[in-house]
Amino acid sequence: MQLALFWLFSILMLAFALGVILLRNPVSSAMSLVMSFISLAAVFVTLDAYFIAVVQVLVYAGAVMVLFLFIIMLLDLRAEKRRRVRLSAWLGGGIVVGGFLSALSQIVVSLPALHVPKPDVSQPLANDVALVGFALFRNFNLPFQIIGVLLLVATVGVVLLSRKELK
Amino acid sequence: MPTLAHYLVVSGLLFAIGLGGVLLRRNILIIFMGLELMLNAANLSLVAFSRFNLLPADGMPNYNAQVLVFFIITVAAAEVAVGLAIIVALFRAKQTTHVEDLNTLKF
Repeated sequence: MQLALFWLFSILMLAFALGVILLRNPVSSAMSLVMSFISLAAVFVTLDAYFIAVVQVLVYAGAVMVLFLFIIMLLDLRAEKRRRVRLSAWLGGGIVVGGFLSALSQIVVSLPALHVPKPDVSQPLANDVALVGFALFRNFNLPFQIIGVLLLVATVGVVLLSRKELK
Repeated sequence: MPTLAHYLVVSGLLFAIGLGGVLLRRNILIIFMGLELMLNAANLSLVAFSRFNLLPADGMPNYNAQVLVFFIITVAAAEVAVGLAIIVALFRAKQTTHVEDLNTLKF
């Protein structure tokens, strides 16, 4: 059952991810990206990471995608015109991506430790949010506050960048 | 039951799709979406490692990885905001989002 759900959502995720890079219209790409992120959230649920799954839907499928769609509509982008296919880009991309995939498959095949089934946790993971929260606020309190400063800097930077006249 | 190898292969495929998008597409917004896909692939493998390597002390997943994923999502949100602001400023200056038309810095 769990394996079937894993394959269902993984294949959905990969298919929509392919849609992101293959579709010509930017709005269709953005919509595929939303579906890909939501399927990825479902894959996170099969890993018992409920908090991360919810954050994935809220931040990516919610905030980030609204931002993307907003910019696409604002810039009024049309479907990309077909341009001459550049052989060098396809060749380079194929070599890099193929090399990465072959290295990964070699590692996955050669390591028997990767083929063990999912171990059972000692307690039920119903309070996943509390456990992540303890780790976040006890062990990673300083990085958490630094990330707050990072968000502030990003906000100030965005306001500065979107002023009418850039000096 | 899915094994760790399943998750790593799916994560690697997602990363490869994102990388292919960055290398092959010419629209700067789609390149940005490819970057997001690659970040998500990294998140997926982190969460998978966290679930499959239970801590010997209490038999629970290693939540440090999930905190790292949380930080990655935060940084990605900030990155999207700044990147899209740069794209809007670029579009105002050049009236294009096509990377081949943006060659001022090209040697």
